[in-house]
Amino acid sequence: MTITVNGDARPLGKATTLAQLLDDLGVKTAKKAVELNGEIIAPSAFASTPVAANDQIEIIQFVGGG
Amino acid sequence: MNPLVIAGRTFHSRLFIGTGKFGSHELMRQAIEASGSELVTVALRRVDLDKNPEGDPLISKLDPEKVVIVPNTSGARTAEEAIRIARLARAAGGFDWIKLELTPNLHHLLPDPIETLKAAEVLAKEGFKVLPYINADPVLAKRLEEVGTVAVMPLAAPIGTNLGLRNRDMIEIIVANAGVPVVVDAGLGMPSHAAAAIELGADCVLINTAIASAADPVGMAKAFAKAIAAAEEGLDAGPRAPRTVADASSPLTGFLWEKHDH
Repeated sequence: MTITVNGDARPLGKATTLAQLLDDLGVKTAKKAVELNGEIIAPSAFASTPVAANDQIEIIQFVGGG
Repeated sequence: MNPLVIAGRTFHSRLFIGTGKFGSHELMRQAIEASGSELVTVALRRVDLDKNPEGDPLISKLDPEKVVIVPNTSGARTAEEAIRIARLARAAGGFDWIKLELTPNLHHLLPDPIETLKAAEVLAKEGFKVLPYINADPVLAKRLEEVGTVAVMPLAAPIGTNLGLRNRDMIEIIVANAGVPVVVDAGLGMPSHAAAAIELGADCVLINTAIASAADPVGMAKAFAKAIAAAEEGLDAGPRAPRTVADASSPLTGFLWEKHDH
């Protein structure tokens, strides 16, 4: 059971929702954007969004830039 | 000069600052504060899940009460990628300002005009306040304005080069025709370059490398702010147009060797 997060394959572990997965990864969700299989997921929906094997997830943050 | 207004927001400083390349977030914060800037750009990237899963604290160092935060679409090579980044920026931060930056060639980092126009049209319709980074092309600037961008951002010289106003003549044409504010972006290396941009009629400049990579970024931020203020004061004072023949400042009469006929 693997998923792809930010381009890298990772074990899904015990997470069944996006909120659990982000917690397992140690991600602080403030001011982050999350895409699940190409679709942006609102933070309010993290806890109710299921994750499953082979999902493609992107976790995006703000960094310095011009 | 009249205050600068973009998309209904009044800016008291004509200096916008990019947040890349600073040695630390604290140095960035101090430079922004010292400059008086009220608009800063940021980028979006993947969280590094191995080295820093909590994420970059950059955004928490910026005070949205004091500065408008404008995410950029840097890294995008196509309109589709830029639109995706803009939507992610809105989802992540609630920001609806976006600096459209579409640079398919990492060698010169010049913006793709066709993809930029396509993305601008889509994002403007979605309610984004679009600031497109463009080469200094007056026709493109007008086309972007027509699809609803809130400003245009012609480049002075390629990103990070510090070369100054190399596109001066074309930027003058853009300024003369623009119905939206003109922000000169990229390539300005010295405070005098920023002053020259304001003097030729640009509404604003965006500086990143010249400040962030200076030996003293806070000192350089202050110097840019002073140069821009000097340019504004000079314009307010009513400069005279250049002329091609001399116009003596000293009287052309009463010379010592002058012979009088009377």
